[in-house]
Amino acid sequence: MDNIAGSKPTLTWAVHISVVALVLLWLFPTIGLFVSSFRTADQISSSGWWKALFPTEQNMTLRTAAPETQVQEGDLWVIEGNLFEEENSDATIATWGTSSRDLSAYQPGDTAEDDGMRLTVEADGAYRLTSGTEMEGRRGERVFVVAETPPDFTLANYRQVLLSGDSTDSMSKAFFNTLTVTIPATIIPIVIAAFAAYALAWMDFPGRALLIAFVVGLLVVPLQLALIPLLKLHLGIGIGKGYLGTWLAHTGFGLPLAIYLLRNYMVGLPRDIIENARVDGATDFQIFTKIILPLSFPALASFAIFQFLWTWNDLLVAKVFLIDATGQTTVMTNQIVELLGTRGGNWEILATAAFVSIAMPLLVFFAMQKYLVRGLLAGSVK
Amino acid sequence: MATLTLSQLDKSYGAFHAVKAIDLDVSDGEFVALVGPSGCGKSTTLRMIAGLEEISSGDIRIGTRVVNDLPPRDRNISMVFQSYALYPHMTVAENMGFTLKIAGRDKAEIDRAVTEAARVLEIEPLLDRRPAQLSGGQRQRVAMGRAIVRDPDVFLFDEPLSNLDAKLRGQMRTEIKQLHARLGATIVYVTHDQVEAMTLADRIVIMKDGRIEQVGTPDEVFNHPASLFVAGFIGSPPMNMAPATVQGGRLVLGDGAALPVPPDITVPEGARVTLGLRPDDLYPEGHGIHSEDGHAVESRELAVDISEPLGNETLLFVPFGGSTWTARMLNPRAVRRGETLRFHFDLSRAHLFDADTGQSLRT
Repeated sequence: MDNIAGSKPTLTWAVHISVVALVLLWLFPTIGLFVSSFRTADQISSSGWWKALFPTEQNMTLRTAAPETQVQEGDLWVIEGNLFEEENSDATIATWGTSSRDLSAYQPGDTAEDDGMRLTVEADGAYRLTSGTEMEGRRGERVFVVAETPPDFTLANYRQVLLSGDSTDSMSKAFFNTLTVTIPATIIPIVIAAFAAYALAWMDFPGRALLIAFVVGLLVVPLQLALIPLLKLHLGIGIGKGYLGTWLAHTGFGLPLAIYLLRNYMVGLPRDIIENARVDGATDFQIFTKIILPLSFPALASFAIFQFLWTWNDLLVAKVFLIDATGQTTVMTNQIVELLGTRGGNWEILATAAFVSIAMPLLVFFAMQKYLVRGLLAGSVK
Repeated sequence: MATLTLSQLDKSYGAFHAVKAIDLDVSDGEFVALVGPSGCGKSTTLRMIAGLEEISSGDIRIGTRVVNDLPPRDRNISMVFQSYALYPHMTVAENMGFTLKIAGRDKAEIDRAVTEAARVLEIEPLLDRRPAQLSGGQRQRVAMGRAIVRDPDVFLFDEPLSNLDAKLRGQMRTEIKQLHARLGATIVYVTHDQVEAMTLADRIVIMKDGRIEQVGTPDEVFNHPASLFVAGFIGSPPMNMAPATVQGGRLVLGDGAALPVPPDITVPEGARVTLGLRPDDLYPEGHGIHSEDGHAVESRELAVDISEPLGNETLLFVPFGGSTWTARMLNPRAVRRGETLRFHFDLSRAHLFDADTGQSLRT
């Protein structure tokens, strides 16, 4: 029993480690992008995104309030307040000192004594400075602290990219343009391919095998080959540049694979079920809509995901068939390319724009992924 | 319900002649079983009746209608498939109501028909489940329910029990028989299991190589097999067959041992024949079904080679006349290997077949 297929390989741990390593390798750029999109330009330029997840330790030089704010309590002159007052920071003090040479001289809550002055500093920056004599000078005492700043994230980038309406930065228009391209460019080929696949899988007609071979043959045609002739055709018949032409192009380029995938799936459906439907009185169209389509849902969903992803991420077809000089029909990929030119140094904007364009495919994938793995056929036949 | 008539029904796949001009009349309410080994054309015949295969020539009539070129939906038939072919994305009720829904009946009528069929098959609690949640026997019932709902002229069953385990198969067999009694339906039932055919059918059609070998009641095909093939196919354990030559009015077997020619069969001197004798008709003395009175019984002292005790009976394998014979021992006792017993050959129940054509010589 040990050497049959399905037994555990002896190097299970090696397999697991490799899988984890590969997954991490693939995920790191995306996570980096995601984290960077929540950081300010300053944060990005001062530290790597991986540091943004942890508290940062910072040496700071702060001052107490000026002597003029001192209050007399009995025979003590007192200044009270918060060291972070001006910074308005939610940092916490780890250690502090009164000299720049020794930042770790005191713990929060300790009291430093010097020249008859006593200084107590709490972790949140609250301090109390007392002196037996009236304090002089214009400026407050210097305090050197080691402060821990918690991770700090901002939604400002998203506000800028999605809501600002700024013509160079805004992705919202491009986002809806991309949706306008993608949704019909996903639905149209699936509908056509489903009909074609049913006919090629289950209807008898002369030349069926040749037609299947022809469709499979079309898979090898590179789409770059067809760009210029197709565009000429579109211009010639009056479609011109626009959404319709883009949908048609995506449909055409997606159909061979769609038909091939769906036909192969449908041909694997149990013949008995289809024949039973035929005996039950269903016409070919009813068999298609009531039996084949519901049972093919996993295949339809998985192709929909593919088609959606590559029309969403497409730049070439959009550049050729859609985007004109007005810039009214730009799509997200094109918008990001333009951002690289106009905001090449602003990583926070670029990262945010990139993540906005990734978000929808991620959403679609996670919403549909169960259909990729679920077998809908369980229980129909023994 | 209706009659079903096949006349000169023929089917070829290119050069392969699957069904060769068969004729069959199924009367109203009759249960006919098509049996035969794999590749004999029984399933093809059924599928032609259903309209799932085109016919090459001949006629199929349901009632008085010729249905040769009608699509399945216009033939008013129901078919139960070997794999049940339930629609996996529908509940049991939707599965059963599908045919009526397609036909455009209103919802109340569909509900009534489905409930009625579910009541008949005792699957009412399952109506809301999906096929994946059912056991094999339950799926089988749903498949039958789906056939009943349609109220068809002819029911077609394509090896419906072959996916069930032995115990369930026996149980479902009984239920199909009860169902037939209750509905009085015309049924054509394809099986390769001769026990199913014998127990269920009013008439059995035994097919071989695309031809009908014999059509008859279970009693006829068992007791009066028309050919060597039928004799060998029907009955379990199978009939003993021994080649013999007629010499001096006796059947001389392979090694020279001889038996008398069975009574009421006349064979010419020198004819080459095959002697067929069921295991029931070869038994050790005192352990048989028949008394010896009125039967042409021939007795031999023979040594037992192997015995297979089955509890209620024991099968004995006995070398005689150049071949090994199976004998059935009722009220069995332990038999040692090599033990010599006195065996009775009940030749009045024996069959003789022409060695060349395989046809029965009993007229």
